[in-house]
Amino acid sequence: MARIIVVTSGKGGVGKTTTSAAFAAGLAKAGHKTVVIDFDVGLRNLDLVMGCERRVVYDFVNVINGDANLNQALIKDKRLDNLYILPASQTRDKEALTQEGVGRVLEELAESFEYIICDSPAGIERGALMAAYYADDAIIVANPEVSSVRDSDRIIGILGSKTRRAERNEEPVALKLLLTRYAPSRVQKGEMLSVDDICEILAIELLGVIPESKAVLAASNAGIPVILDTESDAGQAYEDAVARYLGEDRPHRFLSEKKGFFGRLFGS
Amino acid sequence: MPSISQPIADATPAFELKGRMLTLSVLRPLITDHNQLAAQLDARMASMPELFRHLPVVLDLEAVRGQPLALAELVDCLRQRGLIPVGVRAGDEADEAAAVAAGLGVIQLGAEPTRRPEPAREPPPNAGLVITQPVRSGQQIYARDGDLVVLASVSPGAEVLADGHIHVYGTLRGRALAGVQGNSNARIFCQNLEAELISIAGVYRISENIQETGRGRPVQIFLDGEALRVQSL
Ligand SMILES: Nc1ncnc2c1ncn2[C@@H]1O[C@H](COP(=O)(O)OP(=O)(O)OP(=O)(O)O)[C@@H](O)[C@H]1O
Ligand SMILES: [Mg+2]
Repeated sequence: MARIIVVTSGKGGVGKTTTSAAFAAGLAKAGHKTVVIDFDVGLRNLDLVMGCERRVVYDFVNVINGDANLNQALIKDKRLDNLYILPASQTRDKEALTQEGVGRVLEELAESFEYIICDSPAGIERGALMAAYYADDAIIVANPEVSSVRDSDRIIGILGSKTRRAERNEEPVALKLLLTRYAPSRVQKGEMLSVDDICEILAIELLGVIPESKAVLAASNAGIPVILDTESDAGQAYEDAVARYLGEDRPHRFLSEKKGFFGRLFGS
Repeated sequence: MPSISQPIADATPAFELKGRMLTLSVLRPLITDHNQLAAQLDARMASMPELFRHLPVVLDLEAVRGQPLALAELVDCLRQRGLIPVGVRAGDEADEAAAVAAGLGVIQLGAEPTRRPEPAREPPPNAGLVITQPVRSGQQIYARDGDLVVLASVSPGAEVLADGHIHVYGTLRGRALAGVQGNSNARIFCQNLEAELISIAGVYRISENIQETGRGRPVQIFLDGEALRVQSL
């Protein structure tokens, strides 16, 4: 059975697309056949972060509308055999994402993929709801600031009521928190919320903490998921998070400024 | 459904008679002067004639009851405009006779059926509402007729309400309103007070006015006369 993972946040610009690309690449690298779908219709940029923007012919909306089939629209990653991208449409609007249409495409993908990652647009409107509707797992991306945490809380509430699992009274969507752009020095100065504070407020499992890192922008400019930059702190933090998602027990790193310091353990 | 050309067996019911609630347009003359009424009607119909064509209407004569009304003329005037008067209501005897003569029905809406008052019953004991999950930003939970027990935290931007007491066994960061139907004996209990707003029976206090001494600790909140009291537990 394929597992559908939505990467969502409520607030914009917190690192959903960066995380979607990293997770997709990480899962593929670990040997799992994975597809990542850009739900940000009209503002597509997953293809840029994945470095395949010049190979886009058809997109997600084309497949939903039956203008193209999945094989025509899926882009195979050049670096990883198990990795495919389904880009968003740049020209359509979000109304093109119908629940029925999205369901059909996911069902077809589920026949040949192990993991389906849905990169959600910001907000709590149609695009975000469609990305989340069929999810089995949700990666809640948050930055260590009050407004982002508040929006994450809001999204968690919505996942508890507006998903297929909720509507069918099935086991709820599994919620996993990924804190990104974490800057320990700023937390220390009280400019940002600490991991502890955020976990206390959101009360969901902590999947990982990704430090604020120059490597992220460099990687996305180069069109390489940052997880493939194995030298970088952010790349390593994403690798840990993927391993934890797959069931491995790894200590949380990068919680303090000192390089290589193995931080406190956050059991949850 | 059998088509008309098919012979129908004698035993086949030829019709059904049912009491149905239908929504009908009601025309309520407010004056008895036809000309004036017709003029205003024409003005109204000019903008959307299609809406009025073949529209069945009931004439409600309540407003002109007892005044001399030439009902037959009124009916003609409506029919000329494509409306189909089907009946009258609330007219006097003369109106009803005129209605029947003009081929209209008389509609008895009658008085509301008199209902026997329910015997006063003790409200059943209410075990209240127990919430085990965090109450998230944007969510609102209301325990009607009873207490609300939240075993987790209430997030900023969330709202919990109860007719009775509110218990929060996590941190109360959102809004909590107890005794919302006016029960001034209702109280709020929480493990950790960081609320945006607390209220009992409509007497409220916003975050800014909750003193530091009450914050960040287990408290109960109750009404002492007109004043809201926050007391450490
Ligand atoms: N850990 C990080 N360190 C530094 N910069 C980061 C980090 N994560 C993300 N960024 C930067 O933040 C910006 C937004 O990231 P991204 O596009 O992944 O966010 P998003 O949540 O998908 O945004 P949107 O809501 O617009 O879809 C990008 O410029 C990205 O390079
Ligand atoms: Mg994005």
